[in-house]
Amino acid sequence: MRITVGLATCGISAGGIPVFETLKKELDCKVEKVGCIGMCHNEPIVTVSDDKTYIYGNVTKDNVDKIIRAVKDKKPCAELLIANDINELEFYKKQKRLVTENCGVINPLDLDQYKDAGGYSGLQNAVKLQPEQVIQNITDSGLRGRGGAGFPTGMKWKFISGKKGKKYLICNGDEGDPGAFMNRLVMESDPFKMIEGMTIGAYATGADEGIIYTRAEYPLAIQTLEIAIQTAYKENLLGKDILGKGFNFDLRIQKGAGAFVCGEETALINSIEGKRGSPRPRPPYPAEKGLYGKPTVVNNVGTWAHVATIMKMGAKEYAKIGTAKTKGTKVICLTGHIKRTGVIEVPIGTKLKEIIFDIGGGCPDGTKFKALLSGGPAGGCIPEDKLDTPLDFEPLQELGAIMGSGGLVVINDKSCMVDVAKYFMNFTQEESCGKCTPCREGTKRLLEMLQSITRGAGKPGDIEKIEKLSNFVRDNSLCGLGQNAPNPILSTLRYFRQEYDAHITDKACPAKACLDLVSYHITEHCKGCGNCEKHCPTKAITGKLKERFFIDQEKCIKCGVCFENCAFKAIEKR
Amino acid sequence: MVQDLLLPILKHEQKKSGYISEAAIKRISIQTGIPVSRIFGVATFYSMFHTKPQGKNMIEVCHGPSCHLNGSFNVLKSLYKSLKIKPGETTKDKKFSLHTCSCIGCCDKGPAMLLNGKQYTLLDETKLKAIIKKCRS
Ligand SMILES: Cc1cc2nc3c(=O)[nH]c(=O)nc-3n(C[C@H](O)[C@H](O)[C@H](O)COP(=O)(O)O)c2cc1C
Ligand code: FES
Repeated sequence: MRITVGLATCGISAGGIPVFETLKKELDCKVEKVGCIGMCHNEPIVTVSDDKTYIYGNVTKDNVDKIIRAVKDKKPCAELLIANDINELEFYKKQKRLVTENCGVINPLDLDQYKDAGGYSGLQNAVKLQPEQVIQNITDSGLRGRGGAGFPTGMKWKFISGKKGKKYLICNGDEGDPGAFMNRLVMESDPFKMIEGMTIGAYATGADEGIIYTRAEYPLAIQTLEIAIQTAYKENLLGKDILGKGFNFDLRIQKGAGAFVCGEETALINSIEGKRGSPRPRPPYPAEKGLYGKPTVVNNVGTWAHVATIMKMGAKEYAKIGTAKTKGTKVICLTGHIKRTGVIEVPIGTKLKEIIFDIGGGCPDGTKFKALLSGGPAGGCIPEDKLDTPLDFEPLQELGAIMGSGGLVVINDKSCMVDVAKYFMNFTQEESCGKCTPCREGTKRLLEMLQSITRGAGKPGDIEKIEKLSNFVRDNSLCGLGQNAPNPILSTLRYFRQEYDAHITDKACPAKACLDLVSYHITEHCKGCGNCEKHCPTKAITGKLKERFFIDQEKCIKCGVCFENCAFKAIEKR
Repeated sequence: MVQDLLLPILKHEQKKSGYISEAAIKRISIQTGIPVSRIFGVATFYSMFHTKPQGKNMIEVCHGPSCHLNGSFNVLKSLYKSLKIKPGETTKDKKFSLHTCSCIGCCDKGPAMLLNGKQYTLLDETKLKAIIKKCRS
């Protein structure tokens, strides 16, 4: 019998550690830590496999004894059971798990389990070929970078493979995109896969040194990778004369220090060199002059993991999945106002509505879908009538959004789109490194204009001004941060312009989310219980018991406490 | 290349002293030969480095988009109520410092925050009160 507990960051924050400890103490069988299987909405997850497999969800230290009893009685615990096989669940039916196949299944630190699951067969296959043939394989597979830009990986490798002398490989694990944590999931749950991918890259390009750059905010990922790297060194899967094939590859980890822009490849290189993480003008591209001025390949964590998958399953098989322009699968984080949050992997070309409604289960009860935000702060908002669009780089770009790193945030009808645009402007404005003027000043001015609109101080003509400045910032910024910064504004203007108009002309927020534009009122449904008066922190509510109470708008700070606490739904937000 | 080591050196300094003081920057400059201006530039660029003394407990509230949609604003409001500090400030008794941070990867369970590096998720006022109380005792 084998029992596993999902103990990636999500499992730990949901309280998985006490569950693990209890199971270990009470049961005398193998209890193992595994990573995250992607069902973050059901964490902590415990899997019991004997003749049959039982997957239990939402296990806490208070109900884990039920599982212990069930295991001792050799029976399933019906109360907590979610499935016998993940593929029974709606959440997995439309998924295709290639890169994440081991996540939440194997012990991330156990090299033997990784090998048993087919790990390192990709490297074995690669070293049977000439380095150029490996690059050709990657080119044939149609793999495009998963870090955002979608640049063909084979082509990137080819640039540096011809160069002589010192070369570097970098794994971009900075994952600053808010709403995206798929890289963290892979690093925590299956670290050997990306290490294998990088080793294949080293063999193919002739680089003998690699660096994994991760965010310092991911302590567990760093710890997992460190152990995995040590293990790989011991097994001669890193270091000198790997697998006796005469090539060397040293790999180390470098931690970031909290700067979003360091995800940009040239800023990342500056950061590794110990400098301020501001981007360098390109060209020269890193493939020409990268780390310490040497040819360098920068690829995303996901891209490296895909490399291992491709060399394992064969480029031809891999290229059968996906669309004409983009091959393979994409790992996606589903968050925001959605029932089933988590990390999923789908074939490229899957329709957005399948992802949101079939896999994610739609918005939580009582709310309606309004927009899908794809690509984080550099992305855009997609309205409901465009959800027929396939998930792919170009179709999303046509909608004014981007695929980015793959974070999809669902927004429901309770949110204001101007507020969403303002939120992202605030983000990019704070994260702008300040090197180029269009981005540094432009984002600030855009933010100020949005702030004035959500305060009710917008004037006719503001929208046109915003559009003009947005286009200017997009066309003149130094790096992708500024170039994409106006996307959330431009896309919300494209699909939700009426909300901007309402804020400016009617001084009203249709979603009733902008505090300055809403007010609370007590309706005739008031029974005069006086509950609201008790809760009001500023004593703005007065009245006589059993009569209709009244809110003094001058004193009201719009905290909403009365609204939340009224048993008769007699308080209205206008 | 000494400059390479600057980030790890600054991290070490911050761990040891809680922040990176002017005196520390001067000392590091003498030890490494890296100009003070460059060290200062690096120390102020990255949000993880603090050039002012920090409180004993470090609270970093996530203001990523998922947390924003799920009410990180209310978390800041509740914290203001109990600590009377805004992001970037430290309580008078030097017990707490409050900052906002970018996404910490708990988007599925927002609003989230880090307290001394540990993640706390699905925050509401009751939960926050209990957390603060525990730190105070
Ligand atoms: C502002 C900004 C932030 C970025 N952040 C990331 C990131 O967090 N992770 C990542 O892999 N790529 C990020 N990129 C893209 C990288 O510059 C680069 O294109 C990528 O690492 C290349 O890898 P790929 O070919 O495997 O996609 C970012 C780009 C910009 C402009
Ligand atoms: S948005 Fe808060 S953890 Fe990601």
